[in-house]
This record gives sequence, C-alpha cells and structure tokens, in this order.
Amino acid sequence: MTDVAVIGFAQAPGERHSPATTNGVEMLVPIFGEVFEATGLAKDDIDFWCSGSSDYLAGRAFSFVSAVDAIGAFPPVMESHVEMDGAWALYEAWLKILTGEAEIALAYGFGKSSAGNLRRVLSLQLDPYLLAPLWPDSVSVAALQARAGLEAGVWTQEQMAEVAVRSRADGAGNPKAVRPRSDGSRSAVDLLAEPYVADPLRAHDCAPVTDGAAVVILAAGDRARALAERPAWITGFEHRIDSAALGARDLTTSPSAASAGAAAGAARAQVAELHAPFTHQEIILRNALCLGDEVRISPSGGALTGNPMFAAGLARIGSAATEIMAGRADVALGHATSGPALQQNLICVMEAK
Amino acid sequence: MKHRAAVLGTGQTHHRSKRLDVSIAGLCREAADRALADAGVGIDQIDAVVVGKAPDLFEGVMMPELYLADALGAVGKPMLRVHTAGSVGGATGIVAASLVQSGVHRRVLAVAFEKQSESNAMWALSISPPFSMPVLAGAGGYFAPHIRSYIRRSEAPAHIGAMVAAKDRRNGARNEYAHLRQADMTMEKVLASPMLWDPVRYDETCPSSDGACAVVLGDQAAAEASSQPVAWIRATAMRTEPTMFSGKDHVNPRAGADAAAALWAAAGITSPIDQIDAAEIYVPFSWFEPMWLENLGFAQPGRGWRLTESGATEIGGQIPVNPSGGVLSSNPIGASGLLRFAEAAMQVTGKAGEHQVPGARTALGHAYGGGSQYFSMWVVGDTPG
Repeated sequence: MTDVAVIGFAQAPGERHSPATTNGVEMLVPIFGEVFEATGLAKDDIDFWCSGSSDYLAGRAFSFVSAVDAIGAFPPVMESHVEMDGAWALYEAWLKILTGEAEIALAYGFGKSSAGNLRRVLSLQLDPYLLAPLWPDSVSVAALQARAGLEAGVWTQEQMAEVAVRSRADGAGNPKAVRPRSDGSRSAVDLLAEPYVADPLRAHDCAPVTDGAAVVILAAGDRARALAERPAWITGFEHRIDSAALGARDLTTSPSAASAGAAAGAARAQVAELHAPFTHQEIILRNALCLGDEVRISPSGGALTGNPMFAAGLARIGSAATEIMAGRADVALGHATSGPALQQNLICVMEAK
Repeated sequence: MKHRAAVLGTGQTHHRSKRLDVSIAGLCREAADRALADAGVGIDQIDAVVVGKAPDLFEGVMMPELYLADALGAVGKPMLRVHTAGSVGGATGIVAASLVQSGVHRRVLAVAFEKQSESNAMWALSISPPFSMPVLAGAGGYFAPHIRSYIRRSEAPAHIGAMVAAKDRRNGARNEYAHLRQADMTMEKVLASPMLWDPVRYDETCPSSDGACAVVLGDQAAAEASSQPVAWIRATAMRTEPTMFSGKDHVNPRAGADAAAALWAAAGITSPIDQIDAAEIYVPFSWFEPMWLENLGFAQPGRGWRLTESGATEIGGQIPVNPSGGVLSSNPIGASGLLRFAEAAMQVTGKAGEHQVPGARTALGHAYGGGSQYFSMWVVGDTPG
C-alpha cells in the first residue's frame, strides 16, 4: 500500500458568531493561503480536493457549491464532497492517493454552527418517522447518555468536570480556541457549583457552538518526504458506525470507536486528539480506544474549547499530526465523531518514521 | 497502485412520483436487496456502505445515512455519505469504486436515493441565500437560457429536443422500473405539450420521482468468484468548476470536457463514438442530449444535434443514448446518476432486458450537477480491458 502522510494543517480561529456567510468561503480563503505558504504548495499542485460540510447547518441546498469559489477552481479540478465532517473527506482523499490517481490531496471542512439553533437543527439527524418529530435536541440526547453512565457507575460528575478543567487549561494556550481563554484556573469544585444546562450536563460539559473551518494536506511517499521535514505517516485509518436506535444500544460504550480503534492501532498512541463535544464522551472514547493515563489527551484543548461543526474532526487529525510534525510525539491519534451520542467514529493513527 | 474493480450486481426500485408504500429506509432497502440478489452476495459479505443523495432539504432529514445505518446493514462497518449535487449518484459509484481500487475493501455496497414526496424539492431549490443568484422556479428556469444559447450557436432545428424526449419516453416504456412509460410517445405529441421554460416543453422535462438505486462492487477476487457476469470498471473521472465566473461556458463546460478527456484516456478509448456501445447520459431536459454528446466528444461542437436527428441515438443506432429511458423517464435526483452508472453495467452484462442494446460490450455512465459544474462518469466493459 502507498505510504501517505499529513504534511500540512491550518484552521480558522473558532468564533461564536462569525460574520462569514454560511458557504465557508471567508473562513477558507485565509487558511488555504496559510497551508500553502507553510508547505510551499500552490493550488495547481493539488491533484484531488475533498470537502465536508452540511446543507442543514447552512439552511440551504447545495451550500458546498459556493465553497468551491474558495479554491478558484478554474481550470477545473478533481473534487468531491461528503455531507460529513471533513475528517471523512480526508478519508476519501486518502483513498484517492492509494488508488494512484493523486499524489497530493487536500481535504477541508467548514461550518457556521451559529447560523441556526444548533441543538434543534441536529434533532433532524434522528429517525425522521419515530424520533425527530419529538424534537429531542442534541444536548438533551447527550444528557441522556451522560445520565446512563452516571447511573451505571461508569463515570462521575466530578470526573466529567475534571475533563473540562484540563481541557480549558489546554485551550488557554491555543490561539484558535474559542473559549474561555482566560478561564483555565477554575477548579472542578467551582464548575460543579454551576447550574445544569440539561441535567446532568452543565455548561462546562458541553462544547461551545463554534463557527470555523480546517484544512489538511496529504501527500504520497517521496512527495511527502520532500515537502515536510517530519511527515505524519498514516498507519491506520478506520471508521465505523453504530445503530441509530438510541434505545437499542448501550450508550455508555462506543462499539464503533472500539472497533475502528482496534483496527487502526489506537492503543499505541502517545497523544490522542479526541473529538468529544461533551465531557463524558471523552471518557467513553478513552475506554473504547484503550488509552491509558500516560496518553496525552487533546493538548489543543479539544472540542470543548472549540467545536466548529464539520471541521472539528478534521481539526483533531490536523492537531494530532502537528504533534508529530513538531516533534512532540512519535505516534499520534486523531479522532472524529458524527451523529447523536457518538454514533459514528473515525480514527486516524499517524507516526513519525 | 490501482486494484481492479467490477460491478457485481445492480438493483433499483420501481420509480414513482410518490412511493407512499415505503419509508426512506424501505425504499433504499428495496434497491439494495435487488442489487445483492443480482450479485449473489449476502449483506454480511459487504465490507462498507456508501450512501449518496442530493440536498438533505429534499426530504427534510439531516444526514439521513445516520438513520439508514441499520436498514442498510452498515452497523459495525464503515459508512460514507457523498453529496456532489446532481452528479452525486455518479460520485457515489466512484467513491465506492475507490474503496475497492485502493485495496481497502473487497465488496462495497453503494446506495443512492431521493424520496421527493417526503418534502418539496422545488421549495428547497427556491430559497435565496445571500450573494447567490436565486434559482426560483427550479432547475428548468436555470438551464433554459443555456439551451437557447446552444440552439443559437449550433443552428439546431427546433424539433431536436422533442425527438430526444419522444425517444427517451419510448425507451422508458421498455424499462419495467421507469416512472414514465409512454410507448406511444411521438415527436408531434411532445411539440404539442405546453411550453414551460422556453424552449423546454412539459414533455421535454424530467419527472419528480421517488426512487433508489444500488450497486455491489467487488475486487478482482470477488469478481472472479461471481457466478454472474460482471461489469469491469475501466475508468472513472470527476471534475468540478465554479458555478459562475467570467468566461464560463454553460453550453460546453470545460469541467465536463476535461472529465471526458481524462476518462477516455484512462479507458484507452480514442474514438468514443466507435468504441462505446451504449451511453447512459444525464439528460434532465431533452436538449442536453446533443449538448452532452458534444461535451463528451461523441460529436464535434455544434454537431451533436445531427447525431440525434439521424437516429443514431436510438437503440440500434450508432450510439444508443439512454436505452433505459434516462432521467427524462425517472428522476429520483440523488439516484439518477447511479442509475446511469448501473444501467451502463446492466448493458455490458446483458441484463438490460427489453432495453438491451444488442452486443453491448463497453458502456458509459455519466452524471452532472450544480450549475453544469460537477461531472462524474465511468466506463464499464465486459472484460477488465
């Protein structure tokens, strides 16, 4: 199989209410420029482009069509789009390199989550006949999952708060994080004194509604070696989906993450960027991926300090790759999730060579 | 290195304006079950599932593949959701092919659908996002000026569109799954139908359909293990350009021409009209047959209509186009591209029944979308090539 590596990553600063339009162009143009400058590449060097975004987030049909304007796609480009997080666009780009049709591929994801009422918009991901008509919002669905774990003794509210404390402290050092940059000093005890947003979730348990975008560039073999000093070689790239029936699966575990992680070699990771939009979901993922206490979790601050829909998963992979490219780790893991209550999970394991 | 991939089986629903007898999942499963049965493959032998459809607003369900995971046997497996506007059905086939050609998977199920009766596609297309030209009354109003431009440039006679429509509707009558089956359709009847968007008449327009299409793809070992004839994927191509820019040619878009050139080169085809036995081309409005014949390189610019007029695009002609009846006979939007790809496979495996092109060995599947800006296509053949 062709060796493929991440050689470039950029992300837009997370914003609570970006003035950008929902088609992503204003958020994408600067980060395309940034990643091209860092890698020395130009538009014409990209053999294959793939993006991830959502029409429902934008509130219109064909929202990704306008995003192509950010590329400057003339002469025409080889391009595709997934209605998923950009992490899955990266997966499609990886496939394209493996087929030999591309040597350098660029994946991007974007989302203006603030354009609508996000937790209600995400209700429309549920079974359209039996569940969506009841409008259970995404935070309430996550709260059901958190409650299930508390009742089963899999985690405690204190452990959830500790995830938030660590995440906020790390996020304070990340200029792309949206929140709260000056709030890294609050203790778990302080956080637990706050009121519930959706019992048993408090504000610190929930990722902030975030607008943003991310871009990752992949390159094959010698091209990667020529373009980066220390490419992040992909050694495992797997994803799985669980049942959509929330009442038919154990919400305190994630079989899809466990299966993808085992296939990708997740247990070897020294650092893991986990896409956990809720504190208890980080605990589920650590258990599913068999990540011990020695593994550094989401040094970027993770999704709890910035969760641009359809870009946050790709940004996790980019952040994990950065750990390798910067020499801070030899084996790193990036994770992306999609759907209610961690329904779908993707694992990308990268290594230095 | 690229691994060989083949279509092991295809399936589709009976396309109707309203399939109120099934849910979205039931519709998709109907196509998937037929494809699996055609391939002689059990759902447990599928390694990954790829779902394609046009905008989620067409059903009012956000990312419906999440809810479809159970119905499509994807639980515990990888599932991808493709969306490249009207070309999405074709792109779905190509992404599924990549999963095999990359060496990652052995057998992949691709399903594409639209269930327009769940919502209102016309409404979904008619919202006015900022800084974008509104489409307003749907796709016909958007494309009619491009057709008028084609007629002016090519000096095509006014009846060409009606010829295409009558042929495709008659072909659709041979296809048991088609939405519109009009065996007695004639050019005169088409010309007598009401004008909708000049020069596109009512009978020159695709219907709104509920429907799904599925294909099972396999690697070389899976293909050789099949007891059924398989369609080998000789080449695939995708190209994109912006919707609007100075110099955009809506009649003969460069993205389509570039994709076709790349496709023919990869498939080893030097003269498409001589080497392609059947072509399933995305023709939602009649005049796009001659336009795409030119864009694809079957005819020189300005001469595509002469092929149509000569009868060359009829079953039995030099280059039969849309023997299935095409998009003009069934248009479940998200599935329409994959239907073209699947029908191409059916032709080279001899499974096209009443609409079989005799002796077809090499066939084209084609789709386009957005403002004539997304193109996806593949060539399949009865040998690996």
